[in-house]
Amino acid sequence: MCQVEEDYRGEMERAAVPSVSKKCVKCKEAPAALVIRAGDAYCRLCFKDFFTHKFKAVLGKNRIIFPGEKVLLAVSGGPSSCSMLRQVQEGLSQKANKKLRFVPGIAFIDEGAAIGQSVEERQRTVAELQAVFEATGFPFFILPLEQVLDLPASVVATNPAPSEQPAGAYKAAVDRFVETDGSSFPTPQEPKETLLPHVQQSHTLMLQQLLGSVKTLTAREELLNTLRQHLLVHTARTEGYRKLMLGDSCTRLAVKLLTSISLGRGAQLAQDTGFSDSRYGDVILVRPMRDYSAKEVAYYNHLFTVPCVVVPGVDTKTVEKASIQRLTESFVTKLQTDFPSTVSTIYRTSEKLQTACRKRSGGDGCERCLLCVCSLDTAVEEASAFQATLISDQLSGSKRGGAAETLRPKPGRPESPAPTAQCCSSAEGRGCGTPGSDAGCCSSAEGRGCGRPGGDGGCCSSAKLPETTRLQSLLCYSCALTVRDMSTVDHLPQYILSEAQRRQRRSQMREEISDFLLDDGDEGN
Amino acid sequence: MAASIAIHLEFGGGAELLFNGVKKHHVTLPSQSEPWDVKQLLVWIQRNLLKERPELFVQGDSVRPGILVLINDADWELMGELDYQLQDQDNVVFISTLHGG
Repeated sequence: MCQVEEDYRGEMERAAVPSVSKKCVKCKEAPAALVIRAGDAYCRLCFKDFFTHKFKAVLGKNRIIFPGEKVLLAVSGGPSSCSMLRQVQEGLSQKANKKLRFVPGIAFIDEGAAIGQSVEERQRTVAELQAVFEATGFPFFILPLEQVLDLPASVVATNPAPSEQPAGAYKAAVDRFVETDGSSFPTPQEPKETLLPHVQQSHTLMLQQLLGSVKTLTAREELLNTLRQHLLVHTARTEGYRKLMLGDSCTRLAVKLLTSISLGRGAQLAQDTGFSDSRYGDVILVRPMRDYSAKEVAYYNHLFTVPCVVVPGVDTKTVEKASIQRLTESFVTKLQTDFPSTVSTIYRTSEKLQTACRKRSGGDGCERCLLCVCSLDTAVEEASAFQATLISDQLSGSKRGGAAETLRPKPGRPESPAPTAQCCSSAEGRGCGTPGSDAGCCSSAEGRGCGRPGGDGGCCSSAKLPETTRLQSLLCYSCALTVRDMSTVDHLPQYILSEAQRRQRRSQMREEISDFLLDDGDEGN
Repeated sequence: MAASIAIHLEFGGGAELLFNGVKKHHVTLPSQSEPWDVKQLLVWIQRNLLKERPELFVQGDSVRPGILVLINDADWELMGELDYQLQDQDNVVFISTLHGG
């Protein structure tokens, strides 16, 4: 097919390039304005119908949001979430029978502290967004990220899932709703006067210290993601919302899927990228924008002037290789320009994923990761990446033990386990669970307690090493990698650390009385 | 000889961060022998408007993947992409669909 004289300028590599004289593939009358997917050209009006219809279709098909239910919309100010907000607004206001039927609220997290913005800059951004939210008439919550430091431990505690709704429950609920003609529909209340909650300077510093203790941008982004999710779920719980809508677009989710695999989150893929995510039990995360590519969202926003505020993130203006997330994004978007079905192919793969829950003997149901609250995936066989990381930790830890800082008199060097079990002289008497014959004990000044689930007989004479190793057993593989990238875990918010201790104490207690427990598998009364 | 043409440029989605935060620009392209096309417009923007980090906006001949270009509110893929010849009072919008502009 090569012709020497003519210059095709690369157009022959792609499918036939649609030209401006092409008509819309749907109505076949109006001139096309936008190319969606691989070569489908739509006119403006057909595109608008297509866009609004898709939103309602995805909610209707999945039947997760019941009529009259309270749903919290997580809006970051970015294009996808603002587009989602506009769809909800329009969907609720229509008089047609396809009207959306839930009660929305808005939550915005102000992450200015994470990127080092000044108070004035943060207030300016918040004021812009507040104007947008007030125009919708929905109740909204402005949450500074510093609030994550004050969360209760119940956020990461394992919550029982609500009882499974029988299959006919959705239809029955809809029928009931239609019968009552929506008269019991709660009227949207007047949004209260909310000013930006005053943030203490010390909290901002603590948060910056936490983020500063993370060495790589990849881990920092992951940690921010986790904290953000915790804060949103907590807000949803306290304000009585049972569902949380996230605005991740198809492109964003495709990038997230590949990134998750690179980060070792393969076991949690179905929950991270699926339509509904029920890891938190009582609050279900829903992603209604997952069918929209970033291009469709951007075009819709521009054409129908959806207000959105660009808030810089931690990876704004960074180089391509700054973090795994950034690299994957660049890879996928580059591939997408030449092969327009890249994103949809990746996305369709994510729809086919499911996870199996591994039941742990002990009656607790599935063991959950401390940070991401997904099922633990670390009960694997010998020759796995996880075991390799444990071994390398042990090897590097034994070298590090000598140069640790001293808190109190060290009962023994990390390499030589003392034969007698010494006791913990923790100041607050938090208790010291030394599992089994594992000798050596911690005399930590803060009385943090000493739970050493590993049997390698070391001691907490260094503040750094054992804390990190302690947490590893409570985390899934990728969260463990994130924590490993932190120079110290002491800056983690209190709720995480206290929940970690609580779980360790329980597991030690379980080990101690394991002989007396009836196994679930046992028969008999 | 092509006369100089006036173009309205807009940057959105975070792309404006590379242009000092200014979203709308009204520029006049100087007259030259051949008509202006989008490829030359990109070169012109890079030389005259882009304040920092050119690699975040332009890649090779074209825009960086992930930046959506609209010419008179229509996808540039329908107009011929880089070969589209600009006319007076055209409206060109660059929207970044990426994370950080």
